[in-house]
Amino acid sequence: PTFSVSEIKNKQRRHFMFLRWKQQQRKEKLALKKKRRKEREALGDKAPPKAVPKTIENQRVYDETTVDPNDEEVAFDEATDEFAPYFNRQTVPKILITTSDRPRGRTVRFCEQLATVIPNSHVYYRRGLALKRIIPQCIARDFTDLIVINEDRKIPNGLVLSHLPDGPTAHFRMSSVRLRKEIKRKGKEPTEHVPEVILNNFTTRLGHSIGRMLAALFPHDPQFIGRQVATFHNQRDYIFFRFHRYIFKSEKKVGIQELGPRFTLKLRSLQKGTFDSKFGEYEWIHKRREMDTSRRKFHL
Amino acid sequence: SPQVVWSMLGNRQFCSYKMTTKTQNFCRNEYNLTGLCNRSSCPLANSQYATVREEKGRCYLYMKTIERAAFPRRLWERVLLSKNYEKALEEIDENLIYWPRFIRHKCKQRFTKITQYLIRIRKLTLKRQRKLVPLRRKIERRENRREEKALIAAQLDNAIEKELLERLKQDTYGDIYNFPIHAFDKALQQQDAESESESDAEREEDDDDEDVDKREFVEAEDSELSDFEDMDKLETSSEEEQEEEEEVEKKASHSKSKGKTPLKGPARRKRPYIEIEYEEETEPSTKTKAA
Repeated sequence: PTFSVSEIKNKQRRHFMFLRWKQQQRKEKLALKKKRRKEREALGDKAPPKAVPKTIENQRVYDETTVDPNDEEVAFDEATDEFAPYFNRQTVPKILITTSDRPRGRTVRFCEQLATVIPNSHVYYRRGLALKRIIPQCIARDFTDLIVINEDRKIPNGLVLSHLPDGPTAHFRMSSVRLRKEIKRKGKEPTEHVPEVILNNFTTRLGHSIGRMLAALFPHDPQFIGRQVATFHNQRDYIFFRFHRYIFKSEKKVGIQELGPRFTLKLRSLQKGTFDSKFGEYEWIHKRREMDTSRRKFHL
Repeated sequence: SPQVVWSMLGNRQFCSYKMTTKTQNFCRNEYNLTGLCNRSSCPLANSQYATVREEKGRCYLYMKTIERAAFPRRLWERVLLSKNYEKALEEIDENLIYWPRFIRHKCKQRFTKITQYLIRIRKLTLKRQRKLVPLRRKIERRENRREEKALIAAQLDNAIEKELLERLKQDTYGDIYNFPIHAFDKALQQQDAESESESDAEREEDDDDEDVDKREFVEAEDSELSDFEDMDKLETSSEEEQEEEEEVEKKASHSKSKGKTPLKGPARRKRPYIEIEYEEETEPSTKTKAA
């Protein structure tokens, strides 16, 4: 006939009773665990397999646009979309990196570092030019991609990636940007070798197209001598970018050393044509009210 | 009469349009010509008054006369001014003919200022407008937290390492790294000649990046082939100065066959320089394989 702990008016006594209750709960839990372990050992081989813990990735709401590796329709689409010339090795990527107006020091340094990471890229200052006007100029000068890094309060916080000859435009929110000197490592700067590209976890159709877009930034033939790898890892709709140097210590062990900047991207919108905020045709926009309702639903 | 009004509102009593600051008094009345609270620019204290105001990009001249002082609805007479700057100035002049100089002058000044800012507005709308999108604190916090959790769930280092090892297994690197797989190794060990050179190569790889175990014995026993592969490893590793220590797995498994004992470091380092003589022949071929 115990009263519930919350009915005790005296705070000290209530606190004491609560601690006691907590200890009791812990003891019970431990006892239960021990019992289960004993049963398991007692059964030996006949024991049922261990239960897999539920993770968000396990419980992910099944997305009907998940790409099946053998899907012909997807393969056909990809053979005819805007990245086909890149994947057929007809075009060499040439990237233009720029910022919003009046970039501050951090953004400028980040742009420079990004330019060292992505081969064949050039940084130009914006100086108040309208994007719609630079785009035809870029196309005329044979650029394949345009990256605009948006800045707010002296830190970069947005990225617009536009595939130039009439390709899709993706707008990302960029967060946790770390410059090279902020990364704790002992290595040197990235060399001029073409890095390899790793794209992890891009499962849906949308994720697939974004993955292709990101892969199209890098030249097709990586130089393995350089031993550098750029990784775009998608986890729960956040794309983590890392740049490492690897070395194979043996066939089962590889050591990686992080160099280069790191940042995370979250896709906000994907537009079909080049950058056009008013009249563009949006293929996908992140709508908070509709898409953020479930914790286990992801779109990339 | 206006003097009475002024003596009441201007100095002594309360005027709701009056705004005082440390240095000046302003008048918030929309019909005020100069914006200051003065005897000559108060629309309430002057029975004959005029202003210029703009609405939707067009300028109007507003006039107030004594005759209409009893009819508040008809008090302010409105005249549309032409869009042409000089013509509008003439229109002001002809409408305010015989009016006090002060009001005429101030009206024209105000009109000039208004046209100037209208021009600026039109120019600015053509340029790029910066759209300010407010951040929502709760959403920002939520997204940051989710990002942290996603980062932890991602286990990036492991994922990258796994992917690299996968690529190694699937032979995307070709012949740059000579890591034959364990099973293959063991199969080879049964065959004499091949197994020796293979294990030599592996041991050499481990040797390259290690500063610790060197074998004098190896030098004498080395075949030419292993030397070339050694050179390859040296070339690739010397390009980047890395301070990582290498593991000795392979060595452990194969050292028994050769019975090598670890010796001092510098003794091994001599090896590369000796081997350079042998490298010319197969050097280009190994390099092309790597490419």
